[in-house]
Amino acid sequence: MGALTGIAPLAQIDTGDTAWMLASTALVLMMTIALGVFYSGLVRAKNSLNTFMMCISALAIGGITWALLGYSLAFDGDGAIVGGLGHFALNGVGLEPRAGETIPHLVFFAFQGTFCILTVALVSGAVVERMRFGAWMVFAALWSVLVYAVLAHWAFGGGWLAAQGTLDFAGGVPVEMGSGFAALAAALVVGARKDYGRQALLPHNTVYVLLGAGLLWFGWFGFNGGSGLGANEASVLAFVNTILTPACALFTWFVLDLIRGRKVTAVGAATSIIVGCVLITPAGGFISPGWAMVLGVLGTFPCYAVFVLRPRTRVDETLDVLAAHGIAGFTGILFLGLVAQIGWNGVADGMLYGDAGQFWSQAVAAATAPAYAFIATFILLKVIGALMPLRASEHDEAVGMDVVYHGEEAYPSGEGAILVTPESDGEILVANPE
Amino acid sequence: MKLVIGIVRPEKANDVLEALYRAEVRGVSLSRVQGHGGELERVETYRGTTVKMGLSEKVRFEVAVSDAFASTAVEALAAGARTGEVGDGKVFVVPLEQAVRIRTGESDEAAVTPVVK
Repeated sequence: MGALTGIAPLAQIDTGDTAWMLASTALVLMMTIALGVFYSGLVRAKNSLNTFMMCISALAIGGITWALLGYSLAFDGDGAIVGGLGHFALNGVGLEPRAGETIPHLVFFAFQGTFCILTVALVSGAVVERMRFGAWMVFAALWSVLVYAVLAHWAFGGGWLAAQGTLDFAGGVPVEMGSGFAALAAALVVGARKDYGRQALLPHNTVYVLLGAGLLWFGWFGFNGGSGLGANEASVLAFVNTILTPACALFTWFVLDLIRGRKVTAVGAATSIIVGCVLITPAGGFISPGWAMVLGVLGTFPCYAVFVLRPRTRVDETLDVLAAHGIAGFTGILFLGLVAQIGWNGVADGMLYGDAGQFWSQAVAAATAPAYAFIATFILLKVIGALMPLRASEHDEAVGMDVVYHGEEAYPSGEGAILVTPESDGEILVANPE
Repeated sequence: MKLVIGIVRPEKANDVLEALYRAEVRGVSLSRVQGHGGELERVETYRGTTVKMGLSEKVRFEVAVSDAFASTAVEALAAGARTGEVGDGKVFVVPLEQAVRIRTGESDEAAVTPVVK
């Protein structure tokens, strides 16, 4: 064994942990694509590509900002509000594990990066069908650093929430409450779609909605199941709870749908899968499977209420990111403060198991993270809005974002299309053979 | 009797329906069509393939009315569909020889008069 001391730091790496974290990272990356499918199904056909592209753009923008600056601000050092610049542009992020971890630092960086990307994509749900694509990308870049990285530092990177005892297993603070309350602010600043409240604006493909939600659930096994940062007990608990809570949320939604409209709806089912996954996100590795099932049932009620009530307001928070992520994340963060069990998580007990302080630590997060996400997003969008228009013209909104910003359609017929060839120099040369 | 045909922008279809409703014109059919007027052709690019889309999506309204109602229907269609930009569409009025309500066998004026409950 003495001969191996030369590579002692690398010897900390556990191949099983690393393998699972590599797989988890890929699963979480897929969630951004799944979200694109889910979101694009929920909007009108003429905006479905643009909606998907907002998620796709998060892959480019979030991936770059995270590598350059976001990761460092989130995970370098344990400053109260933000981390340092020590990992600027991946400086010092190599194959050696971070302190107390068993996976290469690079894998940790990549895993956390997929969370940043997904969260940026989540916020787009508030502003689809009318926000300018360019303004969105500027917003996405700044938001990923100024809001996501800061909240990630608070909850995961040794910031003040973590320091005062807030438990957040897989991102109830930065991902769920961060995106949900940022979405509310974004919807207020960008404003409602011009047809909102006047016309029925319906999902154009409800099969995409179910498919996207199903794939999100699948990806969530990496999201929650990887948040133990290895193939360990916490990951197993979170993984299993990621089956149980959404299952209970799904069933509860069926019952609520039946009571309210006498029919079990598919878009509702898709929604409840996401609600269930979000509910268990902060609590996954901290609460027992039994309590996870209770959370799935009870946690669905406040979310369902916001889903039903929000469209009756003037606030066009279009795809209900607040209800699905903000409210569910808020509920999960608090619930774990009640029912966490040291026998399951080895870390802390909740209020029902004798530690009321844990609940108050959770309550501090539930109060401050939404406030920061809302206020910072509101100011950020006001500033961007002073520099460039945030939304498309009425004409462009009527035509649809796909043609206006991408020069493509989700469902082009090709009828009457005329091929432009280099030789034709823009002149009509060949009629489309179709 | 007249058949009033309106070819309008799809995004104005709801406004047209509302205008017709306010003008108390009730029976209406609509279909999705593609057409070409004086609008600029939009260019779309799918990787290496660039095309000019010569046809635009439109919605075609058909309203069969008694002569007295024709001008009301035309005005409602035009008012509901207008944005002021090229591509707002057209309204055509053509004479209608005969109309039959299938359920009752009523014909002509009676057939195009809405059933009042």
